[in-house]
Amino acid sequence: MKAEYTITVYTENHIGLLNRIAIMFSRRKINIESLNTSPSEVNGIHRFTIVVNETEEVVRKIVSQIEKQVEVLKAFYNTDNEIVWQELALYKVPTDEIAEKVKVERLLREYGARAVVIRKDYTIFEATGHREETEKLLEVLAPYGLIEFVRSARVAILKASSGFHDKLMELEMEANIESI
Amino acid sequence: MSLAKNDTVLQESTVEYDTQLSGSSAVLEAFLAEGVDTIFGYPGGAIMPIYDALYDYQDKLQHILVRHEQGGIHAAQGYARTSGKVGVVFATSGPGATNLVTGLADAMIDSTPLVCITGQVFSHLLGTDAFQETDVINITTPVTKWNYQVTDANEIPEVLAKAFYIAESGRPGPVLIDITKNAQLQKFDYKRYTKCKHIRSYRPKPIVRKEYVEAAAQLINEAKKPFVLFGQGIILGKAENEFKTFIEKGGLPAACTLLGLSALPTEHPLHVGMLGMHGNYGPNVLTNECDVLIAIGMRFDDRVTGLLSKYAKQAKIVHLDIDPSEINKNVKADVGVWGDCKDTLPLLTSLINENVHTAWIQKFYDYRQQEIDAVITNELHPKGDKMTMGEVIHQLNELTHGNAIVVTDVGQHQMVTCRYAKFNDTKSNITSGGLGTMGFALPAAIGAKFGALHRTVVAVIGDGGFQMTLQELGTIMQNDIDVKILILNNQFLGMVRQWQELFHERRYSFTDIKSPDYIMLAKSYGIAAQKVEARENLVAALATMLQHKGSFLLEVMVGRENNVFPMVPQGCSVSEIRLR
Ligand SMILES: Cc1ncc(C[n+]2csc(CCOP(=O)(O)OP(=O)(O)O)c2C)c(N)n1
Repeated sequence: MKAEYTITVYTENHIGLLNRIAIMFSRRKINIESLNTSPSEVNGIHRFTIVVNETEEVVRKIVSQIEKQVEVLKAFYNTDNEIVWQELALYKVPTDEIAEKVKVERLLREYGARAVVIRKDYTIFEATGHREETEKLLEVLAPYGLIEFVRSARVAILKASSGFHDKLMELEMEANIESI
Repeated sequence: MSLAKNDTVLQESTVEYDTQLSGSSAVLEAFLAEGVDTIFGYPGGAIMPIYDALYDYQDKLQHILVRHEQGGIHAAQGYARTSGKVGVVFATSGPGATNLVTGLADAMIDSTPLVCITGQVFSHLLGTDAFQETDVINITTPVTKWNYQVTDANEIPEVLAKAFYIAESGRPGPVLIDITKNAQLQKFDYKRYTKCKHIRSYRPKPIVRKEYVEAAAQLINEAKKPFVLFGQGIILGKAENEFKTFIEKGGLPAACTLLGLSALPTEHPLHVGMLGMHGNYGPNVLTNECDVLIAIGMRFDDRVTGLLSKYAKQAKIVHLDIDPSEINKNVKADVGVWGDCKDTLPLLTSLINENVHTAWIQKFYDYRQQEIDAVITNELHPKGDKMTMGEVIHQLNELTHGNAIVVTDVGQHQMVTCRYAKFNDTKSNITSGGLGTMGFALPAAIGAKFGALHRTVVAVIGDGGFQMTLQELGTIMQNDIDVKILILNNQFLGMVRQWQELFHERRYSFTDIKSPDYIMLAKSYGIAAQKVEARENLVAALATMLQHKGSFLLEVMVGRENNVFPMVPQGCSVSEIRLR
């Protein structure tokens, strides 16, 4: 059964790694729903957050293939209830339309949005939340002549995780441990 | 971007330099430090500085000028597989680099350690569609274990050290380093070359978990009908002795994959044959009858498993592999033992009981007898007047006594040779397994010879595959390379024709292939050659070939429409293997 899985990958910060990881999905005809790369809690180490809609079997296999890559420190996957996650969306609407027809105050409160730019010709709102939340606001704003819309990739943090500092120490120590 | 300075633990080296060195010389210094003796390559504009530096290293590094970069990389593969060392290749940018792609893919899927150096345009020209600029890094990403572009000579020692370490450690594979021309020319302060021993993001060997070894031992000890499948992992892990001790202690019948062949002498009483589509009858049928299947250093390729949903469903599966991603990839393991089999096999051996499984092993022998009666006798001692591929290999065995390295191309002759060739020693069967690359054998045989100079190398090749890379006869000529070339000519692209016969109502669509006069061809390269059309001349001709000092080409005309059997038809279960 397919479900939404969030894959987290800790990597070295090397050129070409994004491609190396991305083609592992396309080779298997797996659609990447969302992909984000950013710094992590550890200096110099990058963190990929990749969302796919797939069976657990497929996700397990691709994660072990990803983890095998030389410059990948760690890769794992989680279901939605194991993580806290957010996406950010920006909406550009004509200022006169919106001011005239909508109780903007109420709208913003209801959707947890805020106006980041207000000009004579347009206003830009920002909302952060789950997909359904930013989607809702999109529906509400659409009738007022939405000029532009964009949504970021998902970023996610594990509920049960103590971060990567300790794990990294372990990996660096391994140099000194003879295998068995 | 530069390589993170803190992610590699360096080992002190003995060579100390404190001079200005060019990037090109630094590449060659790295080779010396890594114990490289032979390079297979082809020059061109973007790699000329390295070739210029090589001019001064000719007494220390042997360079073999091939005739095509694909030949170069297949030669390096052959070298790596007979020597157990890293194969090294030079190619120029653009077309030189793209000509490596087939070999990279082949080495990737067959886990062959290679370091390929490609020249690249000046770094200020990257992305400008400069002459002979190709995005080699992105083209080769899916077919390399690791690749990296160097734009600054200062990076070279460390990058090369990583390249060799990654290529040969863990599950080996090909590494490609692309070096821009400015970095090759650039002089820098060369300090020392330190071999790489650790990369923090890379775990070549998973940590062995004792509890899984114990669980595996328990399954083996309880088994009534255990069956071992062994792959190239035994050879790559240099664990042939550990493996032999293991199966001998447990009295365990063992069958090999195509690439596992020669890891255990073929005459060993516990060696019950080869797996796979054209493997032996008993091992295929009994896969679906054993109670514990112990897979070691193999990856359950679809040509081994046939229809997965009917593969060894009755058995408990134990899978030993150095690559954790292989465990539970195709076949779900009841016990997965991660680790280098050089480490895990002795642990496992110490925990299993001494045993014999006489009645169970007899079943393999009984099936072997059925196969002999239905297939092998006709193949090795045919009654008809046309020669068979099997009888040629049988006669070759008689003359080499199983001591030769046998390199095969891809097709019917490959399957027949791997079915019937005798092997006494490890690293003796060199073939393109996972990729099935026609054109592999001739260049791979060249490299195989450099990897094992004291051994006889016989390349068995079809008339189709030989025509794919025959330009390497030039390499043999120029370097006086002693390889024996045995062309089994059935005047067809035989393996495809067999499928057309069996599954496409004999509609022989473009499989009828003509050959040039191979004897004249060989002669034009100064290579001794002979053609055999009648059985009575076969043994003498094979003996002539083997006794000849230097390279020799022997063309043997075999029956046009012979088929390789047994066969597990595609989409069928291994136990549905057909004898005819
Ligand atoms: C580069 C490449 N192209 C095509 C194929 C498909 N193929 C597999 S076997 C075969 C026929 C090989 O014919 P030949 O070399 O004469 O050997 P035979 O099967 O007759 O022994 C072909 C075309 C391949 N494996 N590799």
